[in-house]
Amino acid sequence: MTQKISIDKRNLWERIAGQGYLWLILFVLYAPILLIIVFSLTKSKVFGNWTGFTFDLYRNLFTGYDMTAQVRVDPNLYRAMLYTVIIAVVAAIISTLLGTVAAIGIFHMRQRHRKAVMFMNSIPMINPDIITGISLFLLFVFIGINRGLGTVITAHVVFCTPYVILSVMPRLTKMNPNIYEAALDLGATPAQALRKVLIPELWPGMISGFILSLTLSIDDFGVTFFTKGSNGLETLSTFIYADARKGGLTPELRPLFSLIFLTILVLLIISNIRTNKQVKK
Amino acid sequence: MRITQNRRSWAWPYVLFMVLLVVLPLLLIGYYAFTDPQGGFTLRNFLQFFHKQEAINTFIYSLAIALITTIICLLLGYPAAYIMAMRSFRTPAVMAILFILPMWINFLLRTIATVELFHMFGLPLGEGALLFGMVYDFLPFMIYPIYNTLQKMDLSLIEAAKDLGARPKEVFTKVILPLSVPGIYSGIVMVFMPTVSTFAISELLTHNKITLFGSLIQRSFGEGGIAMWNYGAALSLIMLIIIGMTSFFGNNDTEDINR
Repeated sequence: MTQKISIDKRNLWERIAGQGYLWLILFVLYAPILLIIVFSLTKSKVFGNWTGFTFDLYRNLFTGYDMTAQVRVDPNLYRAMLYTVIIAVVAAIISTLLGTVAAIGIFHMRQRHRKAVMFMNSIPMINPDIITGISLFLLFVFIGINRGLGTVITAHVVFCTPYVILSVMPRLTKMNPNIYEAALDLGATPAQALRKVLIPELWPGMISGFILSLTLSIDDFGVTFFTKGSNGLETLSTFIYADARKGGLTPELRPLFSLIFLTILVLLIISNIRTNKQVKK
Repeated sequence: MRITQNRRSWAWPYVLFMVLLVVLPLLLIGYYAFTDPQGGFTLRNFLQFFHKQEAINTFIYSLAIALITTIICLLLGYPAAYIMAMRSFRTPAVMAILFILPMWINFLLRTIATVELFHMFGLPLGEGALLFGMVYDFLPFMIYPIYNTLQKMDLSLIEAAKDLGARPKEVFTKVILPLSVPGIYSGIVMVFMPTVSTFAISELLTHNKITLFGSLIQRSFGEGGIAMWNYGAALSLIMLIIIGMTSFFGNNDTEDINR
């Protein structure tokens, strides 16, 4: 990144126009998000209606009780939050384990078999949510499984694991295969060699696969929608959808997503500063 | 070698998992599409679609909306990716992150906020809102792959072209653009696939005034009851064919991943 080859000295105006274009697009991309943040600071029930500055919605979100209206904040919101986290964490853990083991296996396969498995691996990534959702829905109905938490987690593992494999695979390709064998020659048992040599080598890929899985799972709507069944299981996505279709959006969603957004913004800025420092070193 | 032999078997649980939960369910879509609720073979589900002018119109309309969204995303996204990737513009590195960041907010909530934005400016919800919302939701998916290919491009190729006397315009059309084609392909696939299959976004953005093909499928599984599942499966199969054709078109990219 430190190499600075300037292709041509673009004139100042061109650069200003280019930067301006980027900022304009960013402004449009962020406008709705800014709107959510701004209206998280007023307590009107209707989104888009400004009734004065207050932190009431934040207080409601954390206490679970709306002091002004003297009612509880919709308990389904908290259940949806809880389920979103449970599903994401469990699905990401299973996907990371399954994907890492599978990646090691696929890596050692013969070329032709590897191609076939990698093709199968790409299907859930290419398929739109609605197709993945409906196909799993039909499967669960066909073999007579009741839809619920288990089916949602299974479905999430289906579309997360391919991404884990894709993040672990490059680590395997880059790894020197002799290290593992050297460990065996030096008297390590296969289990020890796995724990002390292979896993540390694959760790970064596993972590990025895990984080990617968390993100995909939390963000998913289509697959969850078709696999959650009708027992009242909701994630934040399906909760928002049901809420919006009813007409009114639970106001506490505004502070919730403002906080999520600001947390991620801060995390990204911190990690960016860190990598910049490492580059400078 | 023994290790290799043993290791190979590590893939089997996953292969089994995928056959059971990816391949089999897709085959089931085909099974349901060609059967009636009693399980007998029939073509009725497809005939029902091809005989209903309304359904066909929805299908064509959805394809058109997805195509227009993809084209707008490409026209807006390519310059953005180009400006970010070319060092001569001196774009700060944070910019790339800023473009992905909105994706961390739930897309349904962002869509609802877009609806509010339209309300605030007194704009009607309809086709315009639908296109705006779709472009807004999927633009980062176009920018990112193009930005990636442009960034990985070997800069010495550009310098060589210059040294050999190419004018800036030629450098772009003969070197940069052809080299960014894989990024463009995957950008097109990543925008077209979700837009052609979406159901929630269009419902929220137009207050159910405009029905897209995805909603048609969703409704046959939701409100329609068991009687409509076979019809829904037939529609899903038609969607799958579109998806298959699109991914074939963007095949360069999947091969890239496999490597």
